[in-house]
Amino acid sequence: MFLKSSGLALVAGGFLPRVFVRMAGAATLPAPNRKVLVAVFQRGAVDGLNVVVPHGEKTYYDARPSIAVPRPGSGEGAVLDLDGFFGLHPALAPVLPYFQDRSAAFVHAAGSPDSTRSHFDAQDFMESGTPGQKATADGFLCRAIAQKKVDSCSPLRAVSLTPALPRILAGSAGAVSMNSLAGFGVRAGAASAAVSNSFESMYEDAVAGALGGAAKESFEAARILKSADPASIAPDNGAAYPAGAFGNALKQIAQLIKADVGLEVAFTDVGGWDTHAGEGGSEGQLSNRLREYGAAIAAFATDMGSRMADVTLVTMSEFGRTVKENGNRGTDHGHANVMLVLGGGVRGGRVYGRWPGLDSSHLYENRDLAVTTDFRDVFAEILAKRMGIENLTPVFPGHNLNAKRSLGILA
Amino acid sequence: MLAVFEASAAAPTSKPALANREMAIHALNRLAFGPRPGDVDRVVSFGVPAWIDEQLAPERIPDGAVESSLERFPTLAMTTEKLWEKFEKPIREARQEKKNGVNGVLDEQAMVPYENRPRRIVEELTEARILRAVRSERQLNEVLVDFWMNHFNVFAGKGLDRIFLTSFERDVVRPRIWGKFEDLLLATAKSPAMLFYLDNAQSAAEPDHRAQRPLRLARFLGEGMAPTRANGNGPGGLNENYARELMELHTLGVDGGYTQKDVTELARVLTGWSIVRPEQGTGFVFRAPLHDIATKTVLGVSFPFGGGIEEGEKMIRILANHPATARHIALKLCRRFVADEPPVDLVERVAKRFLDTGGDLRETVRTVVTSPEFSDPRYYRAKIKSPFEYVISAVRAIGATTDDALPIARQLGQMGEPLYLCQPPTGYSDAAEAWVNTGALVARLNFALQLAGNRLPGTWSKAESLLPPDTATDPRASANALSCALVGEELSPATRAILEKRIDAEAGENARVPLIAGLILGSPEFQRQ
Repeated sequence: MFLKSSGLALVAGGFLPRVFVRMAGAATLPAPNRKVLVAVFQRGAVDGLNVVVPHGEKTYYDARPSIAVPRPGSGEGAVLDLDGFFGLHPALAPVLPYFQDRSAAFVHAAGSPDSTRSHFDAQDFMESGTPGQKATADGFLCRAIAQKKVDSCSPLRAVSLTPALPRILAGSAGAVSMNSLAGFGVRAGAASAAVSNSFESMYEDAVAGALGGAAKESFEAARILKSADPASIAPDNGAAYPAGAFGNALKQIAQLIKADVGLEVAFTDVGGWDTHAGEGGSEGQLSNRLREYGAAIAAFATDMGSRMADVTLVTMSEFGRTVKENGNRGTDHGHANVMLVLGGGVRGGRVYGRWPGLDSSHLYENRDLAVTTDFRDVFAEILAKRMGIENLTPVFPGHNLNAKRSLGILA
Repeated sequence: MLAVFEASAAAPTSKPALANREMAIHALNRLAFGPRPGDVDRVVSFGVPAWIDEQLAPERIPDGAVESSLERFPTLAMTTEKLWEKFEKPIREARQEKKNGVNGVLDEQAMVPYENRPRRIVEELTEARILRAVRSERQLNEVLVDFWMNHFNVFAGKGLDRIFLTSFERDVVRPRIWGKFEDLLLATAKSPAMLFYLDNAQSAAEPDHRAQRPLRLARFLGEGMAPTRANGNGPGGLNENYARELMELHTLGVDGGYTQKDVTELARVLTGWSIVRPEQGTGFVFRAPLHDIATKTVLGVSFPFGGGIEEGEKMIRILANHPATARHIALKLCRRFVADEPPVDLVERVAKRFLDTGGDLRETVRTVVTSPEFSDPRYYRAKIKSPFEYVISAVRAIGATTDDALPIARQLGQMGEPLYLCQPPTGYSDAAEAWVNTGALVARLNFALQLAGNRLPGTWSKAESLLPPDTATDPRASANALSCALVGEELSPATRAILEKRIDAEAGENARVPLIAGLILGSPEFQRQ
């Protein structure tokens, strides 16, 4: 049904993940063939239990009389079954085909081991990659870039499509943040190029010292963006990004990848998940946010086409939400959550992680889904297998990086 | 003036002592947010040592003009109770109405008028910090406020800290940065801002370490925030966050010789240090029923059974006067004022002065800024400005006037240093490596062009006013004169050639002078102090 509606019956017939379809027919791979990690932060703590719904668990329905998503097959607004136990929120229908063709997987009951239920602390811990340690100065993706074998000397190795450099990329790796690709560079009206050249010459001089490196990268980045002009690259394969900041960010990340500017790590974030009131089930605040979120991710994968084989998109959120609904048809701050991993090399079509169950005896602090997979283990696997980072100890200091704990999400 | 710079340019490897004028520029760059037009001449004629002395006693410098200009920011003078009434209550009530579905309320923000939204508080704090840095005559005082607000960083984005920060800066930090370090430290330890930011307000003794009182009675007597486990439900337990940062960041330093056991025991010493609920008055409260009364040992100091608030006060005074703290504070001050990697001898001397004076911060700072190392030519223009230093020094150099500092605040955010919004308790760095990155440098260059081009909303600059009358008609002479006015010295031959090329290309353009001024403010020379 979904394959039909998405017009890709061919894929289902051949059992080939859709990301390889175009590649198989293409004469050559895209020249750079560089692996790209796209990390998405859902700020505000999305309710993972209503994103990937444990519809096989009666307790879920008992705990959420007014906001549970109905069991599969129960008519309009029902859960879209994934594996007989878990199902997808119906607003995420655009993502379902990727799960079915096995290019997408979920990790449930994942999260940070720290007990905090403060948005600020939990985001901070997740981005620093050191739960419980507040004084870590840099972000874990910054440390990952520093460990990664240099594929390119591009100043656009790590880009954040956000107004300011996020905590996760803070540090000395030279990550760049920008709101829009088109606006990056020296701006002086008609004289912009000439003024930029003047600045560049000044910073080539020895007097620039420590600033010389950053300056060189800045001008190179601006030049690369100007000549590659990624902002002019239209979405491929009929991809239609939804209106809004998140769709716009993913669209620009796709443009950067397609422009072959040396991107290796991209980051963006999306808010609106703190659903204390009026969260709703099949319809409501969460449903509205998921509709935009799912459409943007599906548009990104469609747009990338065969290039998606080089891309791993992963989502995270600071913590989950309470199993029980509260008095305002919403949920409060909880613990474990769900992550999405999509792209090349993903052994998709499965919901990974040990499911701790929702019986009160299995809940964290008697109220929340327990964490059975540390988010760092999910990233560790991606960084090792896709980004080729051999030494992960500096990326996640103090974390016991046991390869046996790897879930095998990636081939 | 020319002779001075010829002398300094002649011997690039073994530099001679700083000439008087260079010394004035150096002092204005390091102890102030850079010179305004005319400042260098004034400091030269006043005498650099006398000017430094004057800056070390800011209470004697009249500063009424800037203070009265801040009267238009009403939140600066408000108590925390008033801020709660005016800014937190309306939004909470709107949120409640939204939850209850009253009148179909969809957006609680829309229900609260702009001037009552909590963000106004941080906006006014930010504007005031920028305007004081630009205009205050007590420049060293403002530099030190920036230093200590980072040393005792509090993040305005964490819940109620947005209403606690005004009092934190005004009543806790500003009045104490020229006194004894232990008084400053203890005041921060008892401030609602810090207690909330680093979670000590929620920290409580394990139940079997509490005095034998029913918890309900304890809560009643304490009148404090009900301790909860990390914002959730259920009884709270020990929270080590503040105890750890108190030793790691505020006093001993990360290599200060304490153990995890010391952290845990210090956290137990500080149990019960909490805050009154804002609706009940706000402020520090010691909730004895939640204090850990069992025996404890921190850094070899033992506390017998049955203690109370005096344990924490004693331990904070011990930490404040610890030799490791003296070295840590000395290192940070030397890094701020002298060099990213300051000479070890200097740090040792400053630390000794700190200990000998019982942590007298005025004498400690005096030791740094009157040291021979401070005026060592090797450190002249050797430090890269932080975004805050860069932005403020550019506004001052060009003699701009500002009546709306929020656009400047937004630019600071783009450069990576939004004021009051540093998430980690480390505060913003005083070392260059934190600031030298790709996106931020582009933001600096665009700021320079906007400022000098008079395109920054709320701020007015007129680069032409910096030119002596005789240079106005000679473009090349004007570039050199602008450089002398903005950077304090003539252009390097390389920079001069680049600017002359630009000048020739822009011949006849009205925007020429502002453009050249923008290029100079964006130049590598102006990034340094």
